[in-house]
Amino acid sequence: MHRIFVATLLVSTAAIGFEILLMRVLSIVQWHHFAYMIISVALLGYGTSGTAIALNRRFLENHFETAFSVSALLFSASIVISFVMGQLVPFNALEIVWDASQLLLLGVIYLVFFVPFFFAACAVGLALTCRHAQISRVYFFDLLGAGLGAVLIIGALYLLSPQNAAVLLSGVALTGAVVVALGAGFRRTLVIASLVWLGTLAAGVPQEWMGLRLSEYKGLSQALSVVGSRALEVRSSPLGLLTVVDSPRVPLRDAPGLSFATVHVPPAQLGVYTDGDALSAMTRFDGRRDSIAYLGDVTAALPFHLLDRPRMLVLGAGGGSDILLGLRHGARHVDAVELNSQMIRLVGDTYADFTGQLYSRPDVSVQRAEARGFVTRNRALYDLIHIGLLDSFGAAGAGVQSLNESYIYTVEALEDYLEDTAPGGIVAITRWLRLPPRDSLKLFGTAIQALRRNGVTDPGRRLAMIRSWNTTTLIVKNGVLSTADIEAIREFAKTRSFDVVYFPGIRAGDANRYNLLDRAHFYEGAIALLGDDASNFMSRYKFHIAPASDERPYYFHFFKWQSLPEVFALRKQGGAGLIEWGYLILVAVLVQAVVAAFVLILLPLVRTRRSWPVKTGVRAGAYFFLLGLAFLFVEIAFIQKFILFLSHPLYAIAVVLSAFLVFAGFGSAFTGRAEADAGPLWAMTAALAVAAIAGLYLYLLPVLFDQFIGAGDALRIGVSVALIAPLAFFMGMPFPVGLRELARIAPDFIPWAWGINGFASVLSSALATVLAIEIGFSAVVVIALLLYLTAGALLQSLGGAAGHNRGLRVRSPVTGSATV
Amino acid sequence: MLRHVALLAFVIPALAGADEEEYRHAREAMVEEVQHYSRIARGSADAQFSSAILEAMLAVPRHEFVRTGDEHFAYVNRPLPIGHGQTISQPYIVALMTELILPDANDVVLEIGTGSGYQAAILARLVRSVYTIEIIEALQSQARTRLARLGFDNVTTRLGDGYYGWQEHAPFDAIVVTAAASHVPPPLIKQLKPGGRMVIPVGGRFMTQQLLLIEKTHTEEIVTRQIAAVRFVPLTGEH
Repeated sequence: MHRIFVATLLVSTAAIGFEILLMRVLSIVQWHHFAYMIISVALLGYGTSGTAIALNRRFLENHFETAFSVSALLFSASIVISFVMGQLVPFNALEIVWDASQLLLLGVIYLVFFVPFFFAACAVGLALTCRHAQISRVYFFDLLGAGLGAVLIIGALYLLSPQNAAVLLSGVALTGAVVVALGAGFRRTLVIASLVWLGTLAAGVPQEWMGLRLSEYKGLSQALSVVGSRALEVRSSPLGLLTVVDSPRVPLRDAPGLSFATVHVPPAQLGVYTDGDALSAMTRFDGRRDSIAYLGDVTAALPFHLLDRPRMLVLGAGGGSDILLGLRHGARHVDAVELNSQMIRLVGDTYADFTGQLYSRPDVSVQRAEARGFVTRNRALYDLIHIGLLDSFGAAGAGVQSLNESYIYTVEALEDYLEDTAPGGIVAITRWLRLPPRDSLKLFGTAIQALRRNGVTDPGRRLAMIRSWNTTTLIVKNGVLSTADIEAIREFAKTRSFDVVYFPGIRAGDANRYNLLDRAHFYEGAIALLGDDASNFMSRYKFHIAPASDERPYYFHFFKWQSLPEVFALRKQGGAGLIEWGYLILVAVLVQAVVAAFVLILLPLVRTRRSWPVKTGVRAGAYFFLLGLAFLFVEIAFIQKFILFLSHPLYAIAVVLSAFLVFAGFGSAFTGRAEADAGPLWAMTAALAVAAIAGLYLYLLPVLFDQFIGAGDALRIGVSVALIAPLAFFMGMPFPVGLRELARIAPDFIPWAWGINGFASVLSSALATVLAIEIGFSAVVVIALLLYLTAGALLQSLGGAAGHNRGLRVRSPVTGSATV
Repeated sequence: MLRHVALLAFVIPALAGADEEEYRHAREAMVEEVQHYSRIARGSADAQFSSAILEAMLAVPRHEFVRTGDEHFAYVNRPLPIGHGQTISQPYIVALMTELILPDANDVVLEIGTGSGYQAAILARLVRSVYTIEIIEALQSQARTRLARLGFDNVTTRLGDGYYGWQEHAPFDAIVVTAAASHVPPPLIKQLKPGGRMVIPVGGRFMTQQLLLIEKTHTEEIVTRQIAAVRFVPLTGEH
């Protein structure tokens, strides 16, 4: 029996590990927002396995050990096979507006990654079904494994490349298969198959099979295709895959926003790509300010013409270019914050000679921290807080970031920055310029709102913005811009052929003079945003430019459904760049998830016997559907909410997912103590508790995050787990309580209950993200609470609807026997 | 619009194993579509690209510039992948870029980013000579062979860094930059003749966002225009 516990633990460990690993892999080979697809894929695997077990229960029970071992073995093999196959699918996300067959390829990827989760779920489901006498212990090891899997993969990604981490997880799953196969009396075929696979893993799966195949349209792929270029080194961590590229024959020369009027050329540079994109240049620096003179002619240099030898804070140090910007302009001291310690080591150690010992200089300090966390706990005041370009132009231009949560550009973030700015100091943010204006106007509106929330009645007197042909730089002063400031802005822009977008007192004739647009769109937008009719302007604007907030941190989301028909029709006239396709892919994933879940989970159940009254079926179906939606709504909303607190999407997913699984498991197990007929009461109690706790968190989380955001990783993870524990505990109750109630009144409906719940879960994971973008996290949580309360009420009425069936003794297809 | 869809529906299947005559029909359909969108974009029934540009597009066999297997899409008004993360531009954008540099039969043009060689081939039919630089070895080699095979004798290709232009043949009447760059190389502006024009498409692959037009006046003053590829005004229209 102990073998089953160990094997279940190992399979669950590998399953959650692989789920998180795939999120990393898809962020590297495609883009970040495919991560949410994986949650849906995994849930589809689990839902489908429930249906498969329900339909073949007797056979599987009779051959439990073999079935478990085969499932685990196939899981192990399919980890590696799907890792390779998934990358062989020639899906090109950028082509989706031109080629509808890309949607089909997206569906193929979805199904390829579904397979391993299906087999993993079969193994675990079999253990729960066939070892029902030990169900609470099996469940405990299942959840413990899930928690371990998250920890294991995060640790493994510091030591191993993603492809080797996949092999490791395959080995973990294989061990699970072997443990049970050995216990089953050495079933020869099974053991031989396991040994063959083990030998394959041990001998090493060829690297050319397992290698990451980045989209050829990502910055790294393009850089490496340049004649003479080469990757100097690769560093892997959960925070990103860093690749350093040297291109001696066609030098990099990264200088966004460089003036046409400049006579300076950037010195030698090395490119550092994070996850195959987001270029950050390391620039050769010999200590002489003249050697980096080109930095005097970029839009980001503007604030230095308003400040004298400022004390500067750089948020997002990257390869160090923004630190050089400060040194070029005589900054008194530069504090720099960088989340990725490997990036700090590259600049400060590995390439220290190249970067001029940048991090050893007395006037430069670098800290490993998340930007918002640093700003929140910081007590010092800076003359200049600088945020440079943290993303690539290609990614910004193609709309691939539209689903990225970013807590750097929210209203609350700007308030935090202003709080850390000395009187007369400046917050300066440089962004890529897009036409028609999107990013820049959204940022301008965000600054206006932040100033207003700080009690500034006339924000227009503290703001200025300039633009080159491809960048805009916004400055927000902690004080009123003086006449001398305004003159310095005009002079800086004029001598470098930059256009002024806005400064206090600007006239229409001042704007749009060097980089001519058909109209002064940026100036007109800025004036409109400062006017009384700003909200009307934003709602009528064809892109979503309302300020991002911590509640809806989708700064890069500009998509409006109302504009889609017009924009789509324009693609053949060169308007394809207007389509924010990242959002459309999410919708496509949602549609595919619904279709796949219907076909794989619900449709096979039509074969099952139906003997329940229609009313019972409807109410029970609604109950399990609502639970499926609600659980994932809360979970996804919390993952996104905790990204701010835990600094990175992957940490948030690992911690929140594990905590929800483990504590929901405890809650589920706790319901085993309930009296047989007390189910509806427990469900309602749990629903009320969930509503109360989650409702409380809507107010409490921002306060607690503020309190602890500056703490170390371990404490923040501990606080996160402590916060999630009570909520997840109660969220784990309604499902088993409902199943037990169903077992009493309509046992034949149980496979349908599992199926409907699985279907709703698959749908919910993508739908939650869409809703979070459209209406915000809190609204998603509120909807979930209402769903829980409705479900609670439904279960109350369920007993009455089919009371004549009470007292039956049945067996649940997945959780084993339910004696009622 | 429906007319064009119907036309393409007819053309695409017909091009599998198409002969030159069928390609010519497809090319005509493509040019008609480009003209059609030009009229829409400019809001006038008369507005269309210059006849010289349209004739060049009618003459250049675009199917020779796409990847093997993609020939049947060659005359669809869309960008296509050509390998190495590069694309052959949408025909509409090619026409627009070509028009923006106001090509003249005596012009010498520099192109940074040869890609498939299609833009160079169009230019070659309109100007005296084209010098084109590519940074990806495989693409440069393929384009050189292709352009020579198709008889574009006035196109010279080179592998290497385009940042400093091509000093031996400078100054240029026009420069077309199709390679992505974080900034416009100052040396290229220097190699532009007074009265010359430089055009740069801006945006990701498969989706041009805007075109940057840099003009050097006869007094050597630099004027830049940022031209949205499409007519998309007013920005605050009713939905």
